[in-house]
Amino acid sequence: MLKINNLHVKLEEEDKQILKGVDLEVPAGKVHAIMGPNGSGKSTLSYVLSGKDGYEVTEGSATLEGEEVLDLDPEERAAAGLFLAFQYPVEIPGVGNMTFLRTALNAQRKARGEEELSAADFLKLIREKAKSLKIDADMLKRPVNVGFSGGEKKRNEILQMAMLEPKMCILDETDSGLDVDAMKLVADGVNALRAEGRSFLVITHYQRLLDHIKPDVVHIMADGRIVKTGGPELALEVENNGYHDILAEVA
Amino acid sequence: MALPQAKLDTTEARLARLDMPEGASWANSARQDALSRLRTMGLPGPRDEYWRFTRPDALNAPSAPGAAVFDPNETPLFNDIDRLRIVFRDGVFDAEASDDLSLENLEIERLSDAMNKDIHWAKDLYGVLETRGQDPVVRPFAAMNTAFASDGIAVRATGKVSKPVSLVYLHEKTDSDAILHFVIRLEEGADLTVLENGPAAARFNKCMEVEVADGAAFHHVRAQGRDHERLAVTHLFARLGEESTFKSFTLTANGRLTRNEAVIEVTGDNAIAHIAGAAVGDGDFHHDDTVFVTHDAINCESRQVFKKVLRNGAVGTFQGKILVKAGAQKTDGYQISQALLLDEDAQFLAKPELEIYADDVACSHGSTSGAIDEGALFYLRSRGVPSAEAQDLLTLAFLAEAIEEIEDEAIADDILSRLEGWLQRHRSA
Ligand SMILES: Nc1ncnc2c1ncn2[C@@H]1O[C@H](COP(=O)(O)OP(=O)(O)OP(=O)(O)O)[C@@H](O)[C@H]1O
Ligand SMILES: [Mg+2]
Repeated sequence: MLKINNLHVKLEEEDKQILKGVDLEVPAGKVHAIMGPNGSGKSTLSYVLSGKDGYEVTEGSATLEGEEVLDLDPEERAAAGLFLAFQYPVEIPGVGNMTFLRTALNAQRKARGEEELSAADFLKLIREKAKSLKIDADMLKRPVNVGFSGGEKKRNEILQMAMLEPKMCILDETDSGLDVDAMKLVADGVNALRAEGRSFLVITHYQRLLDHIKPDVVHIMADGRIVKTGGPELALEVENNGYHDILAEVA
Repeated sequence: MALPQAKLDTTEARLARLDMPEGASWANSARQDALSRLRTMGLPGPRDEYWRFTRPDALNAPSAPGAAVFDPNETPLFNDIDRLRIVFRDGVFDAEASDDLSLENLEIERLSDAMNKDIHWAKDLYGVLETRGQDPVVRPFAAMNTAFASDGIAVRATGKVSKPVSLVYLHEKTDSDAILHFVIRLEEGADLTVLENGPAAARFNKCMEVEVADGAAFHHVRAQGRDHERLAVTHLFARLGEESTFKSFTLTANGRLTRNEAVIEVTGDNAIAHIAGAAVGDGDFHHDDTVFVTHDAINCESRQVFKKVLRNGAVGTFQGKILVKAGAQKTDGYQISQALLLDEDAQFLAKPELEIYADDVACSHGSTSGAIDEGALFYLRSRGVPSAEAQDLLTLAFLAEAIEEIEDEAIADDILSRLEGWLQRHRSA
């Protein structure tokens, strides 16, 4: 599904290399997790994959189902099936959550040559998805993320993901700031989306989310590289011992 | 005090090209009074503080600089709204094109007819609010309008009027120079909506005086513009009685120069005055909102909401004042002026002012200008919304607070679709 090859990324404005040769492959239908110390480049990787400005790819590639994505505009990547649940979801005053989601969904459908969803069908769909994430009608009406609590913002990200049904879902610390119940809701939301043709890349610091969303593979990122890859037990090791031993071992 | 020679020359050169219509004696003296006011103050010059942001030269010029007529090839605004249409063609009332001027709870007369009558209610309004509005700052083009207005309408609402009075200003001649004056009186408890749209003329001077009696509600929505080269200077004077409501919204799209002055006097307790504007400009566009709200009663609310979207050298200016007189306790005054600058060539100049002589009031004001929020733009794009569409969405979101001041949903939708059309035509390459 997603294949990242020797990806090198620096900041556009500064002479600062952040990703220093990332290699990673997430096959279709699989869930991979990335863990790693603060500042190791996890969010940068997710931003570069989704096409945020300010970064320069100096080497390497990233393909989605064999197609290079790094040359595409962010909206084209989205239409191709890439989705990022933001570590810090953005507030958009003046744009209603519903309007936002309908515009996004229909834009993606249009880009893929599909029919736009009627207002009635859209409403039905969003009500159903919102209900399972315990997002009430008021939150749907309010401007995107404005005045939402940290946990509400994260649930709103998962709602967007559920509505847009992407192929490749990247979740950047979707668990941080969530209480125990909300964590369960979010995990259930993710698990409900698990399917043959859909892959996940879950960035997290904590084992707890991975108890709910069982990853097939865990990667450790440090200083802009994937330094270790293993099974779910790797997450447990991090939880128990921190990164010290792992980093010492690969150094 | 004698005027500086340059000002005097400019004023006299302009006056030489104007004819004063004849009417009943009260009308003649109202016009003569206005002329002497104008002669005393003179037309604005570059040194006048009140014209610091806007060059009046094109408005002062003896004849109108030409303005090409632009055919936007779109359905006319307010097309689907049931309304009473009153059409002016290059500043001349067109009876043929207008609807029958009769409607329940409404008296409408052509201004010339009203001003030819020896006894007429318009006597107590024509030039009266304009004169009051000349203090503490002078508004020469309003005095000029009172003196020389060549056409217009007198409207009196005596109850709830079932549909809006819609003033449609067609522009057909490239050199038309129109001066229109409207007097509108809402009697106690009356309810009236006035719509205005169209570019009107190559150069347009419009003055509207609105008296809102106790318990009456006046709604005003206008859309100026379309023609890229047209010039406009407009004045809206209003006086509000007890428990009355006044809500005015203006959309300006295009136009080389627009100066909209609004002078609102809140004189009755518990009254509400809202004035809002959304202006979008691309290129050779200068848009000036000059607003003066005076609170002279207890427990009144006023809001000024002005938003401008500017690109490609367009300039937006705002001078807004809230004056709270001694004794105007429990005043709730709000003023916001904001510009969204879509590129580095656009410019916004603002002078927000509060002057308060009462101690128990809540007044706030703010003014900002900035670019489109890159974070929000990326967020939208990452969800699949194409860049241009995402920009439009954020631009409309920026304008939303002003558009929300329009109470009627159908009218607001019309304004919104007009804006969407404009944004689509003016997307950055
Ligand atoms: N726009 C930027 N300007 C300056 N430094 C940046 C920028 N973006 C990223 N960095 C730096 O790059 C490094 C990697 O940041 P990134 O946000 O990718 O880390 P992370 O692994 O997601 O960390 P965390 O676990 O704290 O979320 C950090 O040192 C960060 O300060
Ligand atoms: Mg991060």
